[in-house]
Amino acid sequence: MADPIYQFEIVKIVDLPDVTIPGLGVVDLAITNSHVAMTIAFAIIVLFLSIVTAKPTVVPGRLQATGETLFGMIDGLTESIIGHEGRKYFPFVFTIFTLILAMNLLGMFLTFTATAQLAVTATFAMLTFGLVLIIGFAKNGFRFFLLFWPTGAPLVMRPIVGFIEFIAFMLRPLTLALRLFGNMLGGHVALKVFAGFVVSLGALAAGGGFGLLGLPAAGLSLGMVLGLTALEFLVAFLQAFVFAVLTCIYLNDVVNLDHAH
Amino acid sequence: MEVEAAKAIGAGLATLGMIGAGIGVGNIFGNFLAGALRNPSAAGAQIGNLFVGAALAEALGILAFVLGLLIYFV
Repeated sequence: MADPIYQFEIVKIVDLPDVTIPGLGVVDLAITNSHVAMTIAFAIIVLFLSIVTAKPTVVPGRLQATGETLFGMIDGLTESIIGHEGRKYFPFVFTIFTLILAMNLLGMFLTFTATAQLAVTATFAMLTFGLVLIIGFAKNGFRFFLLFWPTGAPLVMRPIVGFIEFIAFMLRPLTLALRLFGNMLGGHVALKVFAGFVVSLGALAAGGGFGLLGLPAAGLSLGMVLGLTALEFLVAFLQAFVFAVLTCIYLNDVVNLDHAH
Repeated sequence: MEVEAAKAIGAGLATLGMIGAGIGVGNIFGNFLAGALRNPSAAGAQIGNLFVGAALAEALGILAFVLGLLIYFV
């Protein structure tokens, strides 16, 4: 049976010469399969959004309605979580959501999933965390630290609860990155393991004799692969949605700092 | 005991942490359904909370899973 982790290996497709960046050291430049997957995802998003907005009409046609649903969903999300200032942050959330969704869904069709790479998901998480920090300090100045000062708790408890809040805040990018990475990795490993069962049990059955008992088990595994594939499509959407929701919640913490406390 | 065998056992034990995530996610969706059936009109507004809760519970299980992978492969 093939190693289920093998599908996540990054392979160089076109090797470019290495460059030395001062302070960073030698950087290995190459067009990898990860690069290709991300570029395809990007191209699909641009193509999709330009097709659905090509001929805008007041009463949307089928294509336009698809785009409007996607748009309206994220718009409703920012509006309901961040409030009336939510529209300012809509472009960021929409970009993150569509990119992750496209990469997740593309992973179901290609042999490579870009969001199953910790480097990719960590970049998304750092972007979100960095934006939260920048907006938090730009809007509130040093009152940003009120975020860690729980006014609802008794005075003696506040430093301890505040410390825990601070740790939880610093863990946010880690959990954001690991959730997406782990879900994608786990799902694809499970798919590969069950697909491997079909082949190895089928080969056992082809040998005849007692090996024929492997046939129903192989069929069962095939059904499992079918079910898991359907589940993975759901997970692909859900994880992109969860990432967008959490981005909104984290932004809301710093945008509406005064109202929340 | 050989190091390889110990690694495999350790990775298996680490992924046991996902049991907790399973219980947590099941609890959240079960309670949501119970609440939603009692008051269906209020259910739609709580979908966001539902997924956030599920995502937070699930993240802890994923941490255990990643730990297992780290023990086994690194």
